[in-house]
Amino acid sequence: MTSSSLDLDLGVAHPGKRRVSRFVSIAIVVVILALLVVFFVLPVVWLLLAPTKTAGQLVTQFPLSFGSFNQVALAWQHLVSFQGGAIFVWLKNSAIYSIGSLILTLLTSVPAGYALALTRFRGRKVLLSVTLVVMIMPSAALVLPTFLEINLFGLIGTVWSIILPFSFFPFGVYLVYIYFATSMPRDLLSAARIDGCNEWQVFSRIAMPLAKPVIGLIAFFSFVNNWNNFFLPYLVLPSSEQFPIQVGLNQLLSSTPSFNPVAGKGLNITSPELALAIIIAILPVLVLFLFSQRALVSGMLAGATKE
Amino acid sequence: MTTVETERVAPLVASKQARRRGVPRRRAGLAGYLFVSGYTILLVVFGIIPTGYAVYLAFTNEQGQFTGLNQFIKVVQDYRFGPAFADIFIYLAMWLVLVIALTTLVAVILRARMKPRLAAVFRFLYYIPGALAGVASVLVWLFMLDPTVSPASGLLRVLGFGSFAQVLAPANLPVILVLIAFWTGAGGWIVVMYGALNNIPEEVLEAARMDGAGPWQSAWHIQIPMIRKWIVYQSILAFAAGTQLFVEPQLLQTASLGRVSPTWAPNQLAYVYAFQHGDFNGAAAISIFLLALGLIVAAVLVTRSGLFKVDDE
Repeated sequence: MTSSSLDLDLGVAHPGKRRVSRFVSIAIVVVILALLVVFFVLPVVWLLLAPTKTAGQLVTQFPLSFGSFNQVALAWQHLVSFQGGAIFVWLKNSAIYSIGSLILTLLTSVPAGYALALTRFRGRKVLLSVTLVVMIMPSAALVLPTFLEINLFGLIGTVWSIILPFSFFPFGVYLVYIYFATSMPRDLLSAARIDGCNEWQVFSRIAMPLAKPVIGLIAFFSFVNNWNNFFLPYLVLPSSEQFPIQVGLNQLLSSTPSFNPVAGKGLNITSPELALAIIIAILPVLVLFLFSQRALVSGMLAGATKE
Repeated sequence: MTTVETERVAPLVASKQARRRGVPRRRAGLAGYLFVSGYTILLVVFGIIPTGYAVYLAFTNEQGQFTGLNQFIKVVQDYRFGPAFADIFIYLAMWLVLVIALTTLVAVILRARMKPRLAAVFRFLYYIPGALAGVASVLVWLFMLDPTVSPASGLLRVLGFGSFAQVLAPANLPVILVLIAFWTGAGGWIVVMYGALNNIPEEVLEAARMDGAGPWQSAWHIQIPMIRKWIVYQSILAFAAGTQLFVEPQLLQTASLGRVSPTWAPNQLAYVYAFQHGDFNGAAAISIFLLALGLIVAAVLVTRSGLFKVDDE
């Protein structure tokens, strides 16, 4: 960075050298961007191609070659037969946990963010500050105490031991708060009140319809967070029938011979099956990513554009 | 993720009027409590109580007797405590420098040197691995780092790694974790930085250009100082995330066939305390260390950076 800006200084001083320095600086830019594209995209491409090959072919063939669709079908059969279709159970569990807590998150965080932004009540500032602190706090440090608390209430191993903690999503509250605080015309709300709307009607008829973009954003973040969460389910769920897909992947890893020669013996779970499982596990999130990219980007910038 | 400083004049006036009228304010107060009630319950049950419970456990023993700082002294004296915190500090130092320098650089390049449509393509490509957070990203990188199957096996061999075992040597763990974290997280930050750069008024850059500044100069002297706030925000969030490592080293430990320490990161040490030693008090003490670290950073962020302003009447 410094060296290239030096080049440029020289270029400004001696116009003759300007073309050379310009070429150098463009070359640097192109190299950086290209290397990063390779770094970010290559593993994804490899992952998508891996299930088309056998474990042997993965080693012997060119890493980015395509094997055959038959091999994908074979890997699929092996994967499905693991623990009698455990992968479907894991996916179903992930869906229940993620969507269940998503609903609770929306039901609690949208009204809370609205009230924090547009109503005044005692303790509002305290609640907002605590929310900010908890939002930035390392949540993994709270997982163990949360586990103990769930244990205290005898909820270990139940659906609620996952859904309830997941539905606590202070970041969502904060997003809604920001949205209403910066882009909600308050005159509209007072006008509605003057027209005789009660507080609930103001919220549900005026504020909610205007908040659709931010609700979508929270739904996305909450779903992705829940889907990818590993630590808490890993602690509180004792049996494979209750695992979400992330914890299931961990179990598949320990059953793959290349990573665990002892436990992997006699199972058909090898690298292609593992790669296929990874693809299946990320598919819901990936699809969401692809479809909501534009909305997401504008959402991530919601605050920035209002600075 | 955003700032709250843009309270405009009109809403302020409106709320003042509302206060003067009195009635709507009291009504809003009651409704306000109802609106925040669900969230407040969750906040208390899954935010405040676990924190309080961890504090209680850390200051007591198994019989519930108050033990002062004994639990803290016990875990600090554990031979695994120092290395675990040292590990994540090394990791954090590398990760912060890399993620801040590179994402800022890339955002500047994309903003200054490219047509918006092309820049959008690049941002999207960098963003894709974000879908593979957590377990999936570690598993993908286990393959990427295995010289027998990796598409980058040539590079690994040039660097002197002939086998997967050599790559997964304990000393390499911080680098591996930085790679994984950068792969999944950097794209999102590039998007945020790019957005922040987009908000710099065109006239400012135009003025710099008129004064003879080249693209690198205006990046260094104008654009980067103007998005400083976002860089601070990013570094603090990246720091907080770095202290939370659990799943990544845990999986690498499995894949390394036990050669990587099972207590590489503090969270893993707490896990071992709780579930292998059955010592929940010691585990809570470690959690408190991590929480304190996170809270100090959070406090700095909230009070110093000016990013979060809790507006009030």
